[in-house]
Amino acid sequence: MVRPCKGLRWIGVFLAWAGAAGYAQAQLEIRIVGGGGNQIPIAVGAFAGETSEALQVSRVIANDLTRSGRFRLVEGSLATVVPDTDSPSLGEWRARGADALVLGTTSVDASGRAEVRYRMFDATRGEQLLGTAYRPGAPQLRATAHRIADAIYEKLTGDRGVFSTRIAYIVKNGPRFELTVADADGANAAPVLISNEPILSPVWSPDGRSLAYVSLQNKKPVVYVQRLAERRQIAVANFRGSNSAPAWAPDGQHLAVVLTRDGGSQLFMINADGSGARRLASSSAIDTEPIFSADGQWLYFTSDRGGAPQIYRMPAAGGEPHRLTFEGSYNVSPAISADGRILAYIARVGGQFRLAVMDLESRQVQMVTDTSQDESPSFAPNGKVILYATQSAGRGTLAAVSIDGRLKQTLSVAAGEVRGPAWGPFTQ
Amino acid sequence: MRLTLKLAAVLAALLMAACSSTPTDQQKPAEVVDGQATPTSQTTAPTTGADSPANPGQAIDLTARTTNGPGGELTDPKSTLSKRSVYFNFDEYSVREEFRPLIQAHASFLAKNRDARMLIQGNTDERGSREYNIALGQRRAEAMKRMMVLLGAQEAQIDAVSLGKEKPRREGHTEADWAENRRGEILYNSGALKEF
Repeated sequence: MVRPCKGLRWIGVFLAWAGAAGYAQAQLEIRIVGGGGNQIPIAVGAFAGETSEALQVSRVIANDLTRSGRFRLVEGSLATVVPDTDSPSLGEWRARGADALVLGTTSVDASGRAEVRYRMFDATRGEQLLGTAYRPGAPQLRATAHRIADAIYEKLTGDRGVFSTRIAYIVKNGPRFELTVADADGANAAPVLISNEPILSPVWSPDGRSLAYVSLQNKKPVVYVQRLAERRQIAVANFRGSNSAPAWAPDGQHLAVVLTRDGGSQLFMINADGSGARRLASSSAIDTEPIFSADGQWLYFTSDRGGAPQIYRMPAAGGEPHRLTFEGSYNVSPAISADGRILAYIARVGGQFRLAVMDLESRQVQMVTDTSQDESPSFAPNGKVILYATQSAGRGTLAAVSIDGRLKQTLSVAAGEVRGPAWGPFTQ
Repeated sequence: MRLTLKLAAVLAALLMAACSSTPTDQQKPAEVVDGQATPTSQTTAPTTGADSPANPGQAIDLTARTTNGPGGELTDPKSTLSKRSVYFNFDEYSVREEFRPLIQAHASFLAKNRDARMLIQGNTDERGSREYNIALGQRRAEAMKRMMVLLGAQEAQIDAVSLGKEKPRREGHTEADWAENRRGEILYNSGALKEF
């Protein structure tokens, strides 16, 4: 069964971003340092027609699946072309332990128009599980491969794939700061803002088209919103004092920010164009790092109202804040999974700053890293992986960990330090 | 001629001070910057205004500036006013007793020079959350500002902001480096001296 193209529109949006040549120094290098249990064994055959490196859609699919930690490539994957037929011979793949076989064809015609077709079969029952054809322009082959990996991941795990999403992070290279956007696998990295002054706290708008962030380009923290298709930044919070910690409300129309215009660091809501600032909460303490739950019902934030920084939750519409963290004297930087069940944050334990995960129902806390300078956790939109900043050999890197702590990856750049990651939303 | 220019400058400053009071619930219009080029550190004119027109009895003394470069006593190494750093203890934001004379000197300068504007940038060491450190640096800057206002400066003369841990003076990771980075930094816009 071959369905006509879908996702071309999205791919068009993606194209506006590509053209990352010349930014190789900002390219993320990914290293997997752990492994999960219960991985699904899968066979990915080399696609017919993949005659050059640039055409290796099957390799991108296989890399996505293995990097997720939930799949294991069976022996022989990618080694030979598996003929693209309605009834492939499944016996040898079954013998190698594969639950499923992916095969396909990549072709580019004389005008440069590409076609990618793929199918996935249940290796035991022979039934076709998936099959789609895409007709992207040749430069969008990677994006097409991510779409296919997303479909496979969702079919076999039941969870939505995040291979087509993007991440933002800050690269510091000497005195130079680059707010960078890349594909979730680190490819196509390109800066969207370059400055000689620090940039911090990027967050994606719910539609994935804009970033809000804090820049010190005017000698103080100012919150900017930058639409990514346009090379413009708009100061949305530039009040007297410091303006920081933006968090997009799920409606995309409002941002929570921290302002000090009335003294002290306090939570405010503003419209996305910078108008209509109003208080969300009031205290004589530091209130900062607001973040909304995906359903918009709750606001999580850091406050030292109890004498030391701890994480609190209050109804986004206003109401009494309740404290969520009790162990230790420094718990900061809350992040919340899309289903609202898991709180990730940074805990200081014995002088070390480590990523912690709390099940909000049972209030069980698990430390999921053994590093000492973790910062800025950000959930993948499917809630399965947390991206965060840490130090490795004295250098800032990004790292990703599955919520059970089993699969760990580090993402570093060849030159410079990486920090302040933010995982973007689903883009459909 | 020279005197005329100076007078014009003083008059302009007084007019600005009288006209441009900035209520705290308003912000500067959304500014649009070309994000492609490296944004320069744009210096926007401070829009804070004095609560009342300056008292004509308080003369602005410009003579010191002409003898000592654009900053006058503010940058003269022999003057306490050239000392611009106030250091803080770990995770604290109260101004230590030893820095009281320094705060007093700056407060007196602001009291005498009502057209002078001050930016206090609070800083922290590298440990912990970036945003929480922005908030902690803000508390340090506000503690310095509060003390200066008690000692005679006008509230509207001083903007207290925070750079958190983002602009360390020392990049090292020892206790000595951290102690150097836990500080409030004083900058002036006064006469010909434009530090922010």
